[in-house]
Amino acid sequence: MSEPVLSVRDLRTTFPLGGEPVPVVDGVGFEVASGEVLALVGESGCGKSVTALSILRLVPRPGRVAAGHLRLCGRDVLSLPVREMRRVRGADAAMIFQEPMTSLNPVVSVGAQVVEAIRLHERVSASQARRRTIELFESVRIPDPAERVDSYPHQLSGGLKQRVMIAMALALRPRLLVADEPTTALDVTIQAQILELLRELQRELGTAILLITHDLGVVNELADRIAVMYAGRIVEEGTREEILARARHPYTQGLLRAVPSLGRRGERLAEIPGVVPSPIEWSRGCPFRTRCPRVLPACAETMPAPTRLSTTHASRCHAVAAEVST
Amino acid sequence: MVEPHVASNLVVAVLVAGALFVARAVRKSDLWRGSLRELARRRPLALGVVAIYVLVALLDSVAWTGGGAVGAQGDQLALHEPRSVVDRLFPGDFGERSYSVPLASAEFYGGAALRHPGRHWLGTDILGRDILHLTLKGARIALLIGGFTSLIVIPLALLFGVSAGYFGGRVDDAVFFLISVLASIPGLLLLIVLVMVMGRGAVQVCIALGVTSWVGFCRVARGETLKLRELDYVQAARALGVSELRIILRHVVPNLLHLVVITFVLLFSGLVLSEAILAWLGIGIDGSWGQMIDQARDELSRDPIIWWNLAAASAALFGLILAVNFVGDAVRDVLDPRTLREDR
Repeated sequence: MSEPVLSVRDLRTTFPLGGEPVPVVDGVGFEVASGEVLALVGESGCGKSVTALSILRLVPRPGRVAAGHLRLCGRDVLSLPVREMRRVRGADAAMIFQEPMTSLNPVVSVGAQVVEAIRLHERVSASQARRRTIELFESVRIPDPAERVDSYPHQLSGGLKQRVMIAMALALRPRLLVADEPTTALDVTIQAQILELLRELQRELGTAILLITHDLGVVNELADRIAVMYAGRIVEEGTREEILARARHPYTQGLLRAVPSLGRRGERLAEIPGVVPSPIEWSRGCPFRTRCPRVLPACAETMPAPTRLSTTHASRCHAVAAEVST
Repeated sequence: MVEPHVASNLVVAVLVAGALFVARAVRKSDLWRGSLRELARRRPLALGVVAIYVLVALLDSVAWTGGGAVGAQGDQLALHEPRSVVDRLFPGDFGERSYSVPLASAEFYGGAALRHPGRHWLGTDILGRDILHLTLKGARIALLIGGFTSLIVIPLALLFGVSAGYFGGRVDDAVFFLISVLASIPGLLLLIVLVMVMGRGAVQVCIALGVTSWVGFCRVARGETLKLRELDYVQAARALGVSELRIILRHVVPNLLHLVVITFVLLFSGLVLSEAILAWLGIGIDGSWGQMIDQARDELSRDPIIWWNLAAASAALFGLILAVNFVGDAVRDVLDPRTLREDR
């Protein structure tokens, strides 16, 4: 198998809290193969977005990537000089943000913003770039692309803006697309359209996608593999079927039970009691033990090591490890 | 070295060309065209008054030599000084010996017959110069002070404010130190010191005014940049690999432009008034309305009072400031995002 587009090992990103650097992402590792969609799933505050930003070295100050190895398209991202890094952003890996409403500059026409993205990385004339922009708008199914390029963001709906963002991200045919909750700010019908679009484009262009979301419906639509994050760590990882149908980690199981479904109408929706502990409270042992229904004495002592359940499926839980070994 | 009047003509040409260019750019942009139309709808009179002042100032800046004049005794006079369009509206030798009351036919002191009886609509000053002529020429000085100083203030404030807001940390500390130091020196004192050090003259006064008045806009620019820096489209630009300088020039500064326009208009009137105060202290610009008002110190104590010099300069100053303030108010209403209508 060829080298993965993105490989992350032991990523540790810290933010200073009360003078001490506190890890918000702690020892995360995963790989995204070419043309694959990996979904990073978890509650708010578990470190998903910081992981995504770390990959492009865009962690807002005073946070910083403290340790780890990041290889993107065969290059060691963390040791690249700033100028090189700028060339990587957009060309090798692009990002779609959560809020299409505020992700476009209100005083520049949307076409000009895509043209800017193209001309930043490639030496093409303005008219050529414009032609390519119109083609891109067509490929993300924006109606009347030739007219829309001269529109300003406030003249477009949220769905159209997100399509522009996708066009911009795909303008340079990056090998990896980091989509940070691409549909959260959109209403449900538009969400479906955008997901459909992402899937089609992903198949057409063979772009690998790192999808960051808390919406398991989105995951089910798009993901090939799923990594579940909790408190800065990946607690379970596997293919879509393995996670959605045969999840072993109590946290993943809790998440899945908390999804409403038509088959269970009238029942009370399950919830996971409590909230994600704040990074300062992450201490020794399994961070989920405060909310876990299957807590063991060992959970307070050590962070469980990943238990292999299949070649693709792994789970970090003492209870699961105990079950497997017996 | 280019002669001053030639340089002045060139500046006018550049200004007119620039205005045409801006007008073309504005026609293309819906936002600016809509704002301008809205402005004209709200304050047609004030805009008209400002336009008249600008026109007078421009006409006073276009000068050339040559052209004779007919003297008081009907003899032909050859004039070698370059004279502007405004100067040419008046006869070449339009002076009297000393004061005369508006439209008078005799001198104020002594009662000797005037050379141009009944033709000095606003009277003459102590040197016998026509007040209407001086007042019209003052418009050029006033606009020069307001415009040129703004040209110093706005880039300076943008440079410091935006870099402080965008980069934060040490840069922010340094800029704030500078601001605090400047703010803790009495403004007037600093102005006087600067003019004393650099010497008198239009450019020097403008620089001194600029140095003392950029702090306010700098704070505003810094605050707005702090906000813009965190916005998603700046993050998105970074994620696309856009360099910091380009982000500032393309994504931050253009989003400050409405503030620049508002500040320019509001700053303008304040600066013109400041010059009047400097003139009162004797360090103003020659030929300004402030200087005319300054002369009135002695004139007001004479008996009977010599009022026309003061009245003409004050009225001209008042008219300009009032019109500019009205326009400034309307500009803020039109361009401030909080008062923007949704349908634009």
